[in-house]
Amino acid sequence: MPKGRVSIVVERCKACGFCVEFCPSHVLALSSAFNSKGYHPPHVVHPEKCSGCDLCGMYCPDFAICATKVDPAGHPAARTAAQPAGQAAGQTMKKATPAKGGSK
Amino acid sequence: MSDILNTDILDTDIVNPVEPILRSDRIPHIWCPGCGIGTTVNSFARALVDSNIDLGSLALVSGIGCTGRVAGYVKLDSFHTTHGRAIPFATGLKLANPKLNVVVYSGDGDLSAIGGNHLIHAARRNIDLKVICVNNLIYAMTGGQTAPTTPDHSTTSTNPYGVFEPSFNLPHLVEAAGAVYVARWTTFHVRQLSRSISEAFKKKGFSFIEVISPCPTLYQRRNKMGDGLDAMKYYKEKSKVRHGAPTGEVGLTMTGEIIVGKFVDRDRPDYETMMRSQFRESLGERFVEQTEMVCS
Repeated sequence: MPKGRVSIVVERCKACGFCVEFCPSHVLALSSAFNSKGYHPPHVVHPEKCSGCDLCGMYCPDFAICATKVDPAGHPAARTAAQPAGQAAGQTMKKATPAKGGSK
Repeated sequence: MSDILNTDILDTDIVNPVEPILRSDRIPHIWCPGCGIGTTVNSFARALVDSNIDLGSLALVSGIGCTGRVAGYVKLDSFHTTHGRAIPFATGLKLANPKLNVVVYSGDGDLSAIGGNHLIHAARRNIDLKVICVNNLIYAMTGGQTAPTTPDHSTTSTNPYGVFEPSFNLPHLVEAAGAVYVARWTTFHVRQLSRSISEAFKKKGFSFIEVISPCPTLYQRRNKMGDGLDAMKYYKEKSKVRHGAPTGEVGLTMTGEIIVGKFVDRDRPDYETMMRSQFRESLGERFVEQTEMVCS
């Protein structure tokens, strides 16, 4: 059971490869597909290995990827330390968007 | 998109924790693929999120250059000033409204070349500013000219036969001028950088954090040093964490070791404290403490 899950906004990606190189559990690889600007965004090749450490999200210069820890049912775990700051800015951390990939 | 890319990777119920700090409508940003400035912004945003700073009391000031663009991408009160004048603007902001947390986010060319005097004098006066200097070792936005931080023997557009001038060692410069907090990290050290920024927010006085960042388009291309990822691998391999290292020994070379860490963490009365104590001393009874903020 994976401990984390990765989310990628492919349209923001510029294929620098930082996330692929520095992922400690080698979850990601650059895909052969293109985004609309002609870059190869990363895709998840080993979803079961993701620990949800979010190092990919910290390295990403384009804010295009992030990972979060998930509970055994696969739902994103609530962030603890960071949540109050996000709410202070008038934002909620989780959005209920049921469709996968519908908006892009 | 979905007909080309595997839709499994578009997991939309996870929102990036830095999203509240960013002006998402302006992203994708202008920085080149492999540029590290976005990574530093990411670390900065995470430091803000994790340290629970009131975003309403925060102002971010940028100068001109690649890093100067940061002011436009963060959803904070921010100002994109003229070239080199980020620190003077931030000084005015801090003096007019002492309750603000003022962050200066700019590049090496802006802060240490045209704004060099402002940098040393703000450090001398110990004005309560958090300066984040993204050092990509070159003037990137204007075409790769030699900056005061460009290391010896590297090739730039204005030194096609190699740079021969000695370069600035920024931590040494600001420590000598009087900064209370001096640290250096690279874009490889994302968590350390984020922690360091949180620490600087707790300090009162002039804090300076230098972040070494790749410039694949101008610096590395001319010097045949590969792309952004190669620079990150170089940082990983060649950087050594030495907290408290004497700043005189942390100068940068083109391919040598990069000493990173927290070099200076000391306490010294800041500008406002010194001003008040001087006024109290010389005016005595006649000095009226201004408790209310003049500007709001």
